[in-house]
Amino acid sequence: MIWQLSSLFSSIAHANGTFMPPDGDTIAPLYDHLYLVMVLMSAIASLIVIGGMVYFSIKYRRQTGRKSAYITHNTTLEFLWSFIPFCLFMVAFGWGWYVYYQMRTMPEDAFEVNVLAQQWSWNFMYKSGKKTTADMYVPVNTPVRLIMTSKDVIHSMYIPAFRQKQDVVPGRYTQTWFQAPHVGNFHIFCAEYCGMGHSAMLGIVHVLSKADFDKWLETNPYKGLTPVQVGQHLFQQKCSVCHNPTTERKVGPGLQHVFGSMVQLQGQPPHLADENYIRTHILHPSTYSVQGFPKGVMPSFQGQLSEEELTGLIEYVKSLK
Amino acid sequence: MSATATAPSGDNYLNHEKGLWSWLTTLDHKRIGILYMISVMVFFLLGGIFAMLMRTELIAPGRTIMGPETYNRVMTYHGTIMVFMVIIPGIPAFLGNFIMPLQIGAKDVAFPKLNLISWYCLMVGALVAFTSLFYNGVDTGWTFYTPYSIRTHTGVTFMVLGAFIMGFSSILTGLNFIVTIHKLRAPGMTFWRMPLFCWGLYSTAIIQVLATPVLAITLLLIACERILGVGIFDPTLGGDPVLFEHFFWFYSHPAVYIMILPAMGVISEVITAFSHKTIFGYKAIAFSSIGIAAVSFFVWGHHLFVAGQSEVAGIIFSFITMLVGVPTAIKVFNWTATLYKGSIEFKPPMLFALGFLFLFTIGGVTGIMLATIALDVHLHDTYFVVAHFHYVMVGGTLMAIMAGFYYWFPKIFGRMYNIFWARITFVLIFVGFNVTFFPQFILGAMGMPRRYYDYLPAFTSLNRISSIGAYTIGLGFLIALIVILQGIFGGEKASANPWGAKTLEWSTVSPPPHDNFVTEPIVTAGPYEYR
Ligand SMILES: [Cu+2]
Ligand SMILES: [Cu+2]
Repeated sequence: MIWQLSSLFSSIAHANGTFMPPDGDTIAPLYDHLYLVMVLMSAIASLIVIGGMVYFSIKYRRQTGRKSAYITHNTTLEFLWSFIPFCLFMVAFGWGWYVYYQMRTMPEDAFEVNVLAQQWSWNFMYKSGKKTTADMYVPVNTPVRLIMTSKDVIHSMYIPAFRQKQDVVPGRYTQTWFQAPHVGNFHIFCAEYCGMGHSAMLGIVHVLSKADFDKWLETNPYKGLTPVQVGQHLFQQKCSVCHNPTTERKVGPGLQHVFGSMVQLQGQPPHLADENYIRTHILHPSTYSVQGFPKGVMPSFQGQLSEEELTGLIEYVKSLK
Repeated sequence: MSATATAPSGDNYLNHEKGLWSWLTTLDHKRIGILYMISVMVFFLLGGIFAMLMRTELIAPGRTIMGPETYNRVMTYHGTIMVFMVIIPGIPAFLGNFIMPLQIGAKDVAFPKLNLISWYCLMVGALVAFTSLFYNGVDTGWTFYTPYSIRTHTGVTFMVLGAFIMGFSSILTGLNFIVTIHKLRAPGMTFWRMPLFCWGLYSTAIIQVLATPVLAITLLLIACERILGVGIFDPTLGGDPVLFEHFFWFYSHPAVYIMILPAMGVISEVITAFSHKTIFGYKAIAFSSIGIAAVSFFVWGHHLFVAGQSEVAGIIFSFITMLVGVPTAIKVFNWTATLYKGSIEFKPPMLFALGFLFLFTIGGVTGIMLATIALDVHLHDTYFVVAHFHYVMVGGTLMAIMAGFYYWFPKIFGRMYNIFWARITFVLIFVGFNVTFFPQFILGAMGMPRRYYDYLPAFTSLNRISSIGAYTIGLGFLIALIVILQGIFGGEKASANPWGAKTLEWSTVSPPPHDNFVTEPIVTAGPYEYR
C-alpha cells in the first residue's frame, strides 16, 4: 500500500500540488480561483445535506415506544431552500460568465498560429511559412490566437495548463487564445473522441522567450541533417502513432524490411515497394490496400509535406533494413 | 382503502397461466414487468462485463489486455448497453410497469397489447444493435458524433437502427403510462393522492413521448447518410457536424431525466416507508418533477459549450441549466427533511435510498460546477464529466433501481430475500462506487481526457484505485444477483405488507392476483398517512 500512496503523491505533485495542472497562462489563476470557490461551496452544500441525513438517521432510528411525527410541509423553510440555492446558482452563473467572457474575447493584435487537426496529429502553421507537427512554438508574454480546423472528424484542442479547450470541427474555423506569462512546456491533448489514435493525439506547447522564439522562427530545422535524419524526425512526429520502425504491426504494418520487398495487396497483384510506391502511399493511401489491414484507415498527407520532407521520409523507410 | 383478502385458491399472476408461451404472449402488466426485469438484468450483466474490461485495460498506461481498436469498441458497448438497454428501461419499464397500476388501483395499463409490443421493440432493437458485433463492432462511443460515425468502417448502421427501434419501446411505454394515469385511477385516487413514484413516471412519460422521436429521426439520418450518402452532417457533403450534436443532445439531455425522475420517485417511496413518516412537501416534490421535465428540454446546449456553438448561446444555456438545479435541490432537501423526527429502519431498500441521497448530492453539486460555463471549458470531455454522470446515473438511478427492487421484491415474488446479504451488497456497491469514481473527479481536474485508451504516467495511481473500486462494485452486484435468485426461488414467504407501508400496492396480496385486487379498492386518503 505504501508504494501506491507515495506514487499517488508524486502524481499530484506533477499537477502542481493543487490537484490542478500548472498555471500556464493568464486565464489559469482566474479559473482556479472560481474553481476553488465552487469546490468549497459544493463541499459545504454536500456536508449540509449528507451531514443532515446521517444525523437524522442516527437520531431518529427506530426505537420501541417512539412514533414518527406527522409533518406535511413548512412553507417558509421550503421557500428558503429554494431561494437560497437559486441565489447561489446565480452567483456561480455570473462569475462563470465573467471568466468565460475573458476566455473567449480574442485579442486583436495576437500572434496567429493556424492549426490543422487530423487523425491523429496536430499540425501547426506559422505566418513565416514554417510548419510543425505535434510541437507548437509560441513566444512568451504575447497573446496567441489559434485558428483551427480539421481535415477529417471532430477533434478538440485541449491545453490543461491554459484551462482552454475548443473543439476543432471539419468544414469551419474555430478559435481559442492564450497568453503565457512564463516560458515552459505544456501538454496538448485531443479531448474529442476521434477514433483509434485518440489517446495518442498528443502535443506539446513550447513557450519560448522572445529571443529564442525569433531564432526558432528563422532557423531551418533540417539544416545540417541528412535526409534520413529528416525522415526519422518526421516519422516520429507523424507516422509513429500507427507504424513501428520494426517489423511489429501497430495500426498499420511495421515498416522494417518493407522497402524493396513485394507487398501483398488485396484484390491487386503484389507490388514492389520502391520509392514511388512509398510516395503514393503517403500522399494517396487509398490507392493500395495492403493485405491484412483494413482499408481507408490511413489519412492522406497531401499538402502537408515539402519535397524535402517527402524525400527524407522515403530515405528513412529505405534505411529500415 | 383496505382490500386485503386472500385470493381464491391462492391464484396469483405467477401461477395464473403456465408455460413459456404464456409468458411470451402475456398481456398482464406484472408479467411484462418481469420480462423487462429479466432482460434488463441480462443487459446489465453484459454492460458490467464491458465495464470490468475497460477498467482492467486502464489499470496501467499502455496496452494491458487489449489494443485501442478493441478498447474503443468495449467502451462503446458499455455506454450503449447501459444507456439504451439498462438505465432507460430500468425503472419505468420494469418497476413502473409492475408497480404503477397497483399503486393507482388499476387492473392493468391502458393498452396491454401496446405494452407487450413495447417489450418486443426493446428485444428486436437490442438484437439489431448486437448484430453490429458481426460487422466489425461499433467504435463511436454511445454519442455517435458525426462525421466520425459516418466514416468509421464499423457496424454503426446496425447500432443506430437498433437504438431507433428501442426508442419505440420507450415512446410507447410513455404513451401507455400517460393514458393509464389519466384514465385508470381507482375511485377516490385523485392526482394529489397519487404516490410520488407515479408522479415521477408521469413526468418521465412526457419526456419519453416528446423527446425520443427526435433521437429516432437523428439516428435514422445517420443511417441514411451512411447508406445513401445524403449530406446532412458530413461537411464534405455540405452538412454540419455540430447540427448532429444539437439534435443528439436535444434528446439525450432530457433522457438524463428519463433516467433520474423515476429514480427520484422510488426514493420518495422508500424514504417514507422506512421512516414511517409522511413525505415532507408532497406537492413541492410532485411539482418539481414536472418542473424538471419542462425545463430539461431547454438545456441541451450545455453539452456544446466548447463545440463551436456561439458564446451567447452558451451563456443562455448555462443560465437555464442553473435553473434546473433549483427543483433538484428542493427534492434533496425534502427527502432529508422527511427523515426528521421519523422512525427510521435501516432495511436494505433504505440503505440504498440513503446511498442515493449521498451520491446524488455529489452528482448534483458537480453538475452545477459543470453548468458554470467557464469551469466547463477546462472540465468538459475529461474524467470529471465521467465521474459526474456516473454519480448521477449509477449513484442515482442504479442505486434507486436497487432500492426499488429490494423494496418491492416481497410484493413481486411473495417471498423475502436474505436481509443480511442484501446489506452486504449495499456496503460493497456503495464503497466500491466511491472508490471508483471519486478519483476520477481529480483525474479530470488534472486534465485527463475521457475515452482515452492510454494515459500519461502521472495519472496511473488514481486510475489504479479506480479499477480496484470497479472490481468491488462488480463483486457487490454478483452477490446481489445471488441474493435475488436465492430470494426468488428459496426465500421465505412474505406477508402482504412486510414493511408496513401505506401505498395501495401493499394492500393486495403478495404476489398480486391476476386482476391485481380481489375487490376494487376505494381510496379515501393520501399515500403516506403515517399517523
Ligand atoms: Cu481525439
Ligand atoms: Cu445535459
